[in-house]
Amino acid sequence: MYFESFADFLEMGRHGFYVWTAYGVSLALIVTNLVAMVHRRRQVRAEIRRASRREEAVENHPRNEQSS
Amino acid sequence: MWNWLKKWYHKLGSPRYFYEITGAWLPWVWPLAVLTLGAGLVWGLAFAPPDYQQGNSYRIIFIHVPAASAALLGYVAMGVAGLVALVWRMKMAEIMIKAIAPFGATLAAIALITGAIWGKPTWGTWWVWDARLTSMLILLFLYLGVIALQNAITDPRQAGRAAGLLAVVGVINVVIVKYSVQWWNSLHQGSTIRMTEESTMPPEMLTPLLISMAGFYLLFACIVLVNARSEVLWRERRANWVRRELSNVL
Repeated sequence: MYFESFADFLEMGRHGFYVWTAYGVSLALIVTNLVAMVHRRRQVRAEIRRASRREEAVENHPRNEQSS
Repeated sequence: MWNWLKKWYHKLGSPRYFYEITGAWLPWVWPLAVLTLGAGLVWGLAFAPPDYQQGNSYRIIFIHVPAASAALLGYVAMGVAGLVALVWRMKMAEIMIKAIAPFGATLAAIALITGAIWGKPTWGTWWVWDARLTSMLILLFLYLGVIALQNAITDPRQAGRAAGLLAVVGVINVVIVKYSVQWWNSLHQGSTIRMTEESTMPPEMLTPLLISMAGFYLLFACIVLVNARSEVLWRERRANWVRRELSNVL
């Protein structure tokens, strides 16, 4: 560990504001991408499952039975 | 070797094969990405020595340089995918362009923002219109252009080809970014990591920087793969294998 104390670490020799802002903004942007990624993954899966259940229901409906 | 490459290329061109093989990779690549990125950043923030001129403000380098380099590398990858999409009309290549662009744009934005924040205490200004900074801003706009083109065209195949063209043409800008500090007088410093000769950076700083770069690349790869997999499922949503894949795990 280079810094003597945790306060020192936050202070970054008077450059704390710059260093922590840079890291904070970057983290926020990366997290936004991760959230969008997970959201899209769930959305696509849910949408396809819904469509496939709907089609199954239509196929199984008595009116649509193939056998005579 | 050539035949093996050709076979691999054709296999990866199949959305189903791509989906299956990346599904096997991701459980390994995700933890590796998180560990590498975490190790690089903690080492850089807390354990690396300060710079003799810039003090602690230089610690921004551990995100600034990896983000910039991943944004450039990502654009080249997108350009290659664009070329494949244009010449061979490969569906998988179109999907890759779409998967790379959002996080590529984010990384370019991170490089610009952290650069501005670093510039203030170091150069005394947030921004100058010099070659390196301006060409990097153009890189961000190119990424945004690729995203916008894709959103503007409804037909996914046409959108893919249009975005592919922009991706290919934009690769010129990557070359300009890379050599901007040599071709023009720039406030931005030259590169301190060298491929062919000794780097002009002490190993106590270089090691965490390289680890952090590896972390950014791996994270980029993970996000691109997950996004590409979602896009594969969506485009193949009528295929039986997709229906079966999704009905297995409920």
